[in-house]
Order: sequence, then structure tokens, then C-alpha cells
Amino acid sequence: MKNSIADRVFDFLKKYPPFNLLKNDDLLEISKQVSIIYLEKGDTVFKKGDDFNTDFYLVRNGAVTLFHTNSNNEQEVLNICDAGDVFGVRPLITKENYKLTATANEESIIYAVPIDIFQTVTSDNASVYKYLITAFATNAYDPYTAEETGKIFVDYLPHTSQDMVNFQSANYTKRPITCNIDSTLKDAAIKMSTHKIGCIIVTNEHEYPMGIITNSDIKNKIATGLFPIETSVSYIMSSPVITAKKGLTVADGQLQMIKHNIGHLCITKDGTANSRLIGVLTHHDILVSLGNNPSVILKAIKRAKRTRKLRTARLKANNLLKSYLEQNIPLSHIIKIISQINDTVTAQAIVIALKKMPTPPPVSFSWMAIGSQGRKEQLLFTDQDNAIVFNDVSESKYKETQDYFLKLAKLVTKSLNKIGFEYCEADMMASNPEWCKSLSEWKLQFKDWILNPDEKAILLSSIFFDYSHVYGDEKLIDDLSDSIFENLNKTLSFIKFLGIEAVKSPSPLGFFKQFLVEQDGEQKDLFNIKSRAMMPLIDAARLLILNNKIKGINNTSERYEKLAEIDPNNKELYESCSYAFKALLKFKTKQGILLNNSGKFIELKTLTKEEQLKLRRCFKPIHEIQESLKLRFDLKNFI
Amino acid sequence: MKLSWFNKKTPTYPDFWNDYLDCFNDTKKGDIQNTRFIALDTETTGFNIKEDRILSIGAVSFIEKKIQVNNSLELYLEQDIFKPETVEIHGLMKKGLLEKVTELEAIKLFLSYIKNAVLIAHHANFDKNMINEMLLRHGLDELKNEFIDTGILYKKSKHIIYQSTLKPISLDDLSKELNVPLVDRHTATGDALITALVFLKILARLDKRKHLKWDYLLNK
Repeated sequence: MKNSIADRVFDFLKKYPPFNLLKNDDLLEISKQVSIIYLEKGDTVFKKGDDFNTDFYLVRNGAVTLFHTNSNNEQEVLNICDAGDVFGVRPLITKENYKLTATANEESIIYAVPIDIFQTVTSDNASVYKYLITAFATNAYDPYTAEETGKIFVDYLPHTSQDMVNFQSANYTKRPITCNIDSTLKDAAIKMSTHKIGCIIVTNEHEYPMGIITNSDIKNKIATGLFPIETSVSYIMSSPVITAKKGLTVADGQLQMIKHNIGHLCITKDGTANSRLIGVLTHHDILVSLGNNPSVILKAIKRAKRTRKLRTARLKANNLLKSYLEQNIPLSHIIKIISQINDTVTAQAIVIALKKMPTPPPVSFSWMAIGSQGRKEQLLFTDQDNAIVFNDVSESKYKETQDYFLKLAKLVTKSLNKIGFEYCEADMMASNPEWCKSLSEWKLQFKDWILNPDEKAILLSSIFFDYSHVYGDEKLIDDLSDSIFENLNKTLSFIKFLGIEAVKSPSPLGFFKQFLVEQDGEQKDLFNIKSRAMMPLIDAARLLILNNKIKGINNTSERYEKLAEIDPNNKELYESCSYAFKALLKFKTKQGILLNNSGKFIELKTLTKEEQLKLRRCFKPIHEIQESLKLRFDLKNFI
Repeated sequence: MKLSWFNKKTPTYPDFWNDYLDCFNDTKKGDIQNTRFIALDTETTGFNIKEDRILSIGAVSFIEKKIQVNNSLELYLEQDIFKPETVEIHGLMKKGLLEKVTELEAIKLFLSYIKNAVLIAHHANFDKNMINEMLLRHGLDELKNEFIDTGILYKKSKHIIYQSTLKPISLDDLSKELNVPLVDRHTATGDALITALVFLKILARLDKRKHLKWDYLLNK
């Protein structure tokens, strides 16, 4: 019987190795036996330690992430397979359990190819096998598959992605600034200041490194008056220097620094102090190589020319976030860095998309982040919420202009999705014609929401009133804000509606001071930290800030700090709200990292007693701010 | 006392129809996860239920999220009624090179394939009526299977804000919306596969707590 689907599977397979090496008849036979599997984001194909399946897999649409579980039982992304990539081939080579975990990175369709049929068909096809094995062994064919099966063929493959960086050779500074051993400290200091460097290497007449002088040497030995400034550098310098050969790995470099408690390594021709100096490796160079550094990530983002690069950079930011949380770095600082990274990723995605457009934008526009990204509270990957406002055009040009920006938005949202930001399920995205409009249209839209508030308007305003500029012409947004405040002056009922919304959800604690948890469904007995604890604080902050006509502050904790400043009577309340919000966001983020989701739902059992108490403490300000709103806006009669 | 309709003489049905009915003896509905679903599509000579005929039936089956290519159905029917004007859309010539079966043969193959699976189609009523009409022509009864319409399901899956403004959506538009690769459009099996993927993607978008229930899916 004819099987049209098998024909289509065939058409796809034959484009990719190793299937392109098979005879058509054989490939058709395989195509008939394939299963098509649909994966939701997060669905697992196989887990580390699982018995091997009877199939191996090929990505048809979407992407599948391969995770490696390291010795601390943490999951690390080894790589992400895109359309055409083969994965799960271990059972094809050796009948061992899986060493990796494969999980859908986004909604995906994969083909499962039965191994026995593949093997029967290819058994007499030596070229396929030779190809597979040599390809796996030499990394020539597909880096993902090679990493997964590599251990069978090569002696050593790094265990983790961090290791891979560790074993790269370190990038050191070539041609470092030096001074001769006869010079005075003043000369050396002048050189350091002209070249804006923090250290200088002292060399002898053969250019052998003799010692090193750093800023702290100058501070400790000269500025304190211990030595006069005309002293010869030979008295001041730290000596001898620690040297290494070029080509040393990042890990080696780091090890040497830790061992000798130093921040600089001199790279010399033969690796000893008795040869010519060719470079310096600093602690900063190591940090840069490890990439655990926001400025390095930002630089990588700005340089990215393809979405795939952006994804890698954004994934690094997640590691950064994790280590920040572990180190207990203040959350307001973390928020600033991560939202800067998110905004830069979005801006760069727009830059990439603009290059793909046939013409430059017909008029100026601004890309707005709305919702949690607009409030700069998006620490983990969550939904993308965005909108476009473009400059006014004549009516005859409107459709054409809007179409241009819709097309642009489609490209951008698609690449944001690829990077890891889910599409908004309510379609609050710039690619929706409703949220991609001219400045005048937006003004009308906000005017309508403000002057005719109904349930839908309030629902939408909670997202759209937290807009912030990401890319393009900021003036447009400024203009929009002015128009909004103008309209807010005309009516009181809108503020009242917002107030009702903000006090609607009751305190997260029940009558007996127990946590109110979800009653049924998948989230049964979980505590929804977002809707029960964070939303009331977010809503209240928005209302108060709008009522005070303050523009440009979107972040909830910053809003409360601003309110504390302008309303000293309630300073304490606002400050406690700000603190509570930051603590809640931290809870949510930690939970999200733990479960690899948005962290909305908290399993109370997993919290320690102390954490539970801390969480409870955050609820007090919620109750207090709600009570204060009720009094201030006279909401008692409305609820 | 026995009620009169128990005594009514039931028509005698052929064995294959009774075998089909036997599949429905166990009336208890299982988990959605373990249920066998069949996405199907028919290509017809036109849209008149009485006059037009089915040219081909395509169907794919899946359990959980796994569609097995070798367990799909692709039937081309011998036809007496033939309209030259619809050939352009689906390219099924009356005497094409494809292997064809008689209508009765197609019914047998179709029933033994679908068994008691839940059937899914885009604008399901049309396919359902076409098939039922064919069954009745051969002295059989209507299909007993539950039907899910991806057109209706999609509309329900949308955010409440947009529901009121949604128009009926074509399979083409829905596939684009959900990013389902459009291959083999307008062959019955190709459309059946697209419908299956569309269904799975809509399921993934539904609220797992509230909507992943039979009542909701079957539009009761």
C-alpha cells in the first residue's frame, strides 16, 4: 500500500548524514518504520542511566537539549540539537545505558528511527559504518553526537562545558608594558599611568622578567612613605616572578595563581625566568576565558551575528545568575545585571532581524518590553511580552508601515523564542497587529483603557502599563507616557479600578496562618508565589506610581523606594514592601533554577523552617499595603 | 414485562460490522495519555453529503505523542461518480495509477483500522457525515466513535480576550499559526498527519489543570 507519510519522512532524512549515504530503497524501508514523536517543551526523551531504547533520534523541528549530569548531580547543558541533528546514538554503537539526558528545549517534532531496521539495512553498507565511526571519533561529523559517544573512541573528553573552557589555552596579553631594572619608580608609575595599566613587568637588558610592580605595591610602599619616589624599581618590585610557557591552559594558569597567591603570570619563551618575556596572563584574563562575568557576556551578545550565538550567551547568563544567588549578592544588583543582559539580548535580536529585512524601517519605532520584562523582574526565562510603537504616518501609508513592523516583530519573536523566551500564550507580542501600532493609535488605546475601564482593560493594563524602552527611538515612549498622564488627570475611576484589582487577592495566609495552597490539579498543594504574593505588591506599586505621575520607574522594588522618598510618612511601609518583594523574587528565582521552570509554584515541603518563616514575614507588608490602599482610595464599598 | 423495542427485529449485520461494534463493549474511558487517537481526513468529489463520494481516506494513529508511520491508513476508492473539476485540488484521477479498492472494501479496512479509537478531524462534522453516509449506503449504521474537531478545540484554546473575534480557521492557517510543517497538503494522509500534529500542539497549549479532560476535548 502507498504510504505518503513515509515518502515525506524519506524526503527529510535523505538531506542529512548518515542517511544521505544510503541507497534510496533502503532509506525508504527505514522511513516506513519511523515514528514521529511530538514533544512539548520540557518533555524528556531519555534520561541518564535509562536502559537504551530501540530507537535513535533525529530532530525534525524544534530543538532538543542534551544534558550531562556532573559529579555534583547537577545538570549541565552539553549542547542543543537543531533540525537534522541526530542524537541518542549510543545504543547504535554500544549497548550501554544512556549517559546523557535529552529534553525538548522547545516544542519539537522528532523522528525515532528503529535501530534494528537501521542496522539490517546498513549492515552490508560498510561506508555508512565507517563513516559513522570515524565521524564520531574525529568530531568531524556532528559535534553533538560526537560529544555524546566520544568517550568510546577518544582517550579524554571533558566532562563539563566548564572543563572545556578550562582546557583551552589561556589568552594572555601579548607584548606587555615593561620597564628596565635601572629605572626609578617614578618612571615606572608614569608608564603605568600613560598606558592605563595596573601592573608593569621589570626586565633586565635581555628582556628577561625580573620582577613585577602593581598598583598595590605603589600604594603600600610609596604612598605610605616607606620608600621615596625616586627609588629604583629593583627595591620595590615583587621578585622573583612566576613564569610559564605559552600555551598553558586556563586551568593551569588559575592553579598557578592560587598556589602562589598571585594575580599575574609571566609568559616567557621557554617558560623559565631565564628567557625573553613574551606576555602576561592576569587574573582578569582567566575570568574572561571562563565567561563568568557580565561584561564578557554583554560583549559576546553585542558581537553575536546569529541567534544561536545569542542563545549560548544567554545560557551563560543563567550560570551567572546561579552563582550570584549562591554568593548571596544583593538582589537589586542581580536584577540590574540580568535585565541589562535580557534587554541587550532583545536589542541584538532586533539588530539581527533588521539586517534580514529588505529595507530599513520606514519610520522610527520603539520596541517596548511589557509585563515582567518591562518591570525588569525577569530573571529566568519566561514568556516574552513585548510591543512596538512606531512614529505616525499618513493614513494611506499606515497598513504598509504596520505590515513592515509586524514582519520585523515576527522575526524578532521567533529568535527570542529560539533563545529561550517562550511565546506569550495570550499573544501579548509585537507580532500581534493589536500590539504593533503607531504612536497615535497607542495613545488612543491607552486613553480608551483609562477612560472606559472594564475588566478586560484592567487585565491588559496590568501588563501594558509596565512598559519600558528596549530598542529604537525612546522619545516615542516618552511621548506616550505624557499622553497617559494627561488622561489619568481626567478621571478617577481608572485608579479606583486598579485599586480594586490590587486588593482583590487576599493575604496568602489562611485563617489559621497556614499557607493557602492550590486546591486541585497538577499544582495541588503547591503555593503559587506569583499570584498570591507578588502580584498584589506589583499591582499596588503600579497604582501608587501612576497616581503620583512618576514615569520611567518600572521595577517594583524601585517603585517602592521612590515612594518612600516622596512620601516620608509611609516610608517604613514602602521600604518593607520593597524588601518583601525582593525576597519573594529571590524565592521564586531559586525555585525556578531548582525545577528549571518559572518557579511560580513552591513546594512548601522543600523549604526549611527558616525559609518558611522568612516567606511568612514577607506577607505582612502585603496585608498592610492592601489596607492602606483601601483607605486611601476608598475601596471598601467596591469589594 | 419486556419493553417493545427489545423485541424489534434487529437487522442482521455482516461480521466485520459486528467485530467493529465489539470494540465498544468496554465503555469505560481510559486516560487521555493511553488512549489511541486517530487523526483522519477524507478527500471527496465535492461538499454535497448525499451526492458526492469519498475519493480517499487518510489516517494516522497515535498513542501518547508517538505517531507510527507504519501504522497509518491510506485508501483510494474506486469511483463511479467523478467530477473533473475537483481533480485540480487533490489530483486523484478516476483511473489513476494508484492501487484502488471498492467502497465496501474500504469500509472493511477502515473499520478494522479505527476500532474504538477517538477520531480527530479538522471540521470533523463533514468527514463524519461523509463516512456515515457511505456506511448507510451499504446497509450499515453510523460510526460509534467519539469525534474531536481541531477547529473548535483551537478556538477554545485561545485566550478569552481573543475568542469572540475568532473566525473559523482553515487547516492551512491553523498549521501556519502553530508552525506545523505543511507538506502534502491536499492528500488525505498528508492532511491527517497535519491534523494530528495540530491536535498535539493544541493539547500542549491547553491548561493542564482545567482542560485536559474528556468533557472539554469532546465538546460536551
